[in-house]
Amino acid sequence: MSTQVTEQEQTEDPAEDQSEHQQRRLAEKAERREARDRMRERAETDLEKADTVFDLKVFRYDPDIPEKEKPRFDTFPVPFTKGMTVLDALMYARDHYDSSLTFRHSCRQAVCGSDALFVNGTQHLGCKTQIVDLGDEDDARVPGTVRVEPLPHQEVVKDLVVDMEHFYDQMNAVEPFFDPDDLPAPDEEQRQARENREKIKMSTRCIWCGACMSSCNIAAGDNEYLGPAAINKAYRFAMDEREGEGKKQERLEIIEQEHGVWRCQTQFSCTEVCPKDIPLTEHIQELKREAVKNNLKFW
Amino acid sequence: MYEHDVIVVGAGGAGLRAAIAAHEEGADVALVSKLHPVRSHTGAAEGGINAALRDGDDWTDHAYDTMKGSDYLGDAPAIETLCETSPEEVIQLEHWGMPFSREDDGRVSQRPFGGLSFPRTTYAGAETGHHLLHTMYEQVVKRGIKVYDEFYVMDLAVTDEADPENRECHGCVAYDIKNGEIVGFRANNGVVLATGGDGQAFDHTTNAVANTGDGPAMAYRAGVPVEDMEFVQFHPTTLPSTGVLISEGVRGEGGILYNAEGERFMFEYGYANNAGELASRDVVSRAELTEVNEGRGVEDEYVYLDMRHLGEERVLDRLENILHLAEDFEGVDGLVEPMPVKPGQHYHMGGIEVNEHGETCVSGLYAAGECACVSVHGSNRLGGNALPELIVFGAQAGYHAAGRDLGEALVETGPSAAIEHEDDLGAPVEPGALGPTDDDVAADGGERAADGGQLATPAETVERTVEQQRQRVERLKGRDGRNHAEIRDKLQKAMTRWVNVFREEEGLKKALEIIRECREEYQHVAVSDPSDTYNTDVIHTIETRNLIDVAETITLGALARDEFRGAHWRAEHQERKDDEWLKHTMVQWSDGSPELYYTDVILEGAEKAYEPKVRSY
Repeated sequence: MSTQVTEQEQTEDPAEDQSEHQQRRLAEKAERREARDRMRERAETDLEKADTVFDLKVFRYDPDIPEKEKPRFDTFPVPFTKGMTVLDALMYARDHYDSSLTFRHSCRQAVCGSDALFVNGTQHLGCKTQIVDLGDEDDARVPGTVRVEPLPHQEVVKDLVVDMEHFYDQMNAVEPFFDPDDLPAPDEEQRQARENREKIKMSTRCIWCGACMSSCNIAAGDNEYLGPAAINKAYRFAMDEREGEGKKQERLEIIEQEHGVWRCQTQFSCTEVCPKDIPLTEHIQELKREAVKNNLKFW
Repeated sequence: MYEHDVIVVGAGGAGLRAAIAAHEEGADVALVSKLHPVRSHTGAAEGGINAALRDGDDWTDHAYDTMKGSDYLGDAPAIETLCETSPEEVIQLEHWGMPFSREDDGRVSQRPFGGLSFPRTTYAGAETGHHLLHTMYEQVVKRGIKVYDEFYVMDLAVTDEADPENRECHGCVAYDIKNGEIVGFRANNGVVLATGGDGQAFDHTTNAVANTGDGPAMAYRAGVPVEDMEFVQFHPTTLPSTGVLISEGVRGEGGILYNAEGERFMFEYGYANNAGELASRDVVSRAELTEVNEGRGVEDEYVYLDMRHLGEERVLDRLENILHLAEDFEGVDGLVEPMPVKPGQHYHMGGIEVNEHGETCVSGLYAAGECACVSVHGSNRLGGNALPELIVFGAQAGYHAAGRDLGEALVETGPSAAIEHEDDLGAPVEPGALGPTDDDVAADGGERAADGGQLATPAETVERTVEQQRQRVERLKGRDGRNHAEIRDKLQKAMTRWVNVFREEEGLKKALEIIRECREEYQHVAVSDPSDTYNTDVIHTIETRNLIDVAETITLGALARDEFRGAHWRAEHQERKDDEWLKHTMVQWSDGSPELYYTDVILEGAEKAYEPKVRSY
């Protein structure tokens, strides 16, 4: 489990008195050792007290550090507590064993979309995935091992952090902003039917986590494919009655391009992994139908 | 060095609105944030946005409700700006495509909310903040506004005149998380801080992990006073293991609170004989903790919130989201068993002192949103008033920073506004910096070098700050020492133990002692991850320093204010003391030796004067 890298030599300050410098270094080292021991002790006490302990197996990689240049897995024993999520377990491992363990996270409640991860072979949001739900399906039990990897099909930056730039580029490619043909006076709202708001409701729930894109075989093979999240974003505006027909026409042209909706082979993998339960495949299918209708109109 | 007219730090609701406003004004503006904008915690807001939109409602009524809710500690010019401007800002959001919930006639829906005299809370499902955040980010994309995401702002580039009111802010310094480079940002016109909450100063909070009070801590160390820091809102129903919020809607629909003995304690122990579970947030939070302290809590920690009797159909229809939250974050099925809940830190009324244009006393430095205190919430924020604050004052700060003339501000800022100084606080330890620290910038963090900054050019001021922060990170990474997580843990536990819902003089003093210990331990902190790539160890370590400063100001304010007002409860002082305490608490860093002083509350509005009354509902 050792993930400690070799101690970095500090650059020598020639002006500083050598013995004093060394003494300070030794004191620092001793302090660090004590602190590390205390962290371990805390973990050991937790482990002894815990009814259940499981192994958190985490993918590690850092291009900057010789020991981590070659990807590997580290295993951390984690004491299970009721309600523990995959994110809780990662934070426990980081704060008790290795502060260099790196992953994105912020809200802890499935709205910021930072912590989409590959857990036991499937895309999950770390914060909303209960450890017990990863065990035996018939019997909510803590599994012996939980394996956490970065999202597949995205470049790994470090440990569980992937490069999201490509995902953001695809989102930006569909003109992802409201653009109505005309607007009422500045003190007057646009009207929108309840049914229309209901129609776009699920599509507006996207939190940009990237789980769908990572699960999609087509996106894996075609780097230019817009992908489920971006097409869903286009759907959100194309179906919004406040925008008007002119803009809808433009939107359909965007999603109909070579790497647009027609690439989707309706495998439903995106829909299965979406943590916000957005019917992504259905939205893509509906846009295909809209596009066909639209083309017939001009034919 | 990057250069823009206006630099906005933080890209949540207030930051995005400020950037759009500055852009509208023709400025070259950039957003700098440690998170990608859509990851900001504005996205977690559930309730809604208060705006007087309809016949029968008037913004002056909204202002009256807000002043009453603030327990007469809000400033009238700020409250009036909020309430008068909110309707046009909400319509603006609608024009930007925000998917508000709708009435049968297609207009934006509004619902009743606690403390409001009219149903004026506009909303978009129970995910209003998510939609507000995404709608505004879409507008940022549309305008092509430059975003530096995953850049962590570590310090402000401020000149070092003796009087903070003579200082100028010329930019800031950020850590590029992707590659570990430390870069300067030069702002020709202004820097707007919009860094959000600081709930991570507490052990149990609804705030995100990223809400570490970076803005208040940086502004404070640059000499800007922080205002009314003792006022922290605790929400009574949060899940024990994560702090995830369970909306007031559960109690609104008839949810019942029980203690471990199955007693409906809100009634049985007389905490609120009329309103019961629906009493105000502070009352319910105190009741829950009293139950736990008197041994009637579950596992000595929490109480139960039960909605089983509402029936599956009603729960699925109106509270479906709550079932998901309880299941996903606590592993509890709300239809089968009661949900464990306890009070959690939720919102900070206090923050960086600004006037109604978002200006601090340091020229060129602005703040807006939760990190600021303008002050509209006073000692207690009403539900539905946080989101309008973001858009109204985000816009004000953005316009002003970009040069728009907003007239003369009525709220005064800076130490010259002091009406009285606190000389006899009775703190058990000296707060602030640990005295001369042999130029150890690693531990000192944001200390401004005293080398005649007023003579330096703006670019030199930024460069000098870059160099300091470079040394700071090198030092943190180059040495051996303690892990920050241990210190943060100790700080959070002390705050939740002693500066929580219940505050006693001895406890507050104890907290100050522990905060002092944390400061001393932080002198020996080190970053053990040597990597330049995505080094979150560096970020978290610096955040912890910010939390120490913020926690200290909260506790100092809480010790000073010996009365019970709004969210601030003192065991020994059970009444609101208007004769003595109708004033704002200010803490000023004063180059390392914090000073406490007071300023006037402005109860005179443009329309009318607000007369303090008993706050009863």
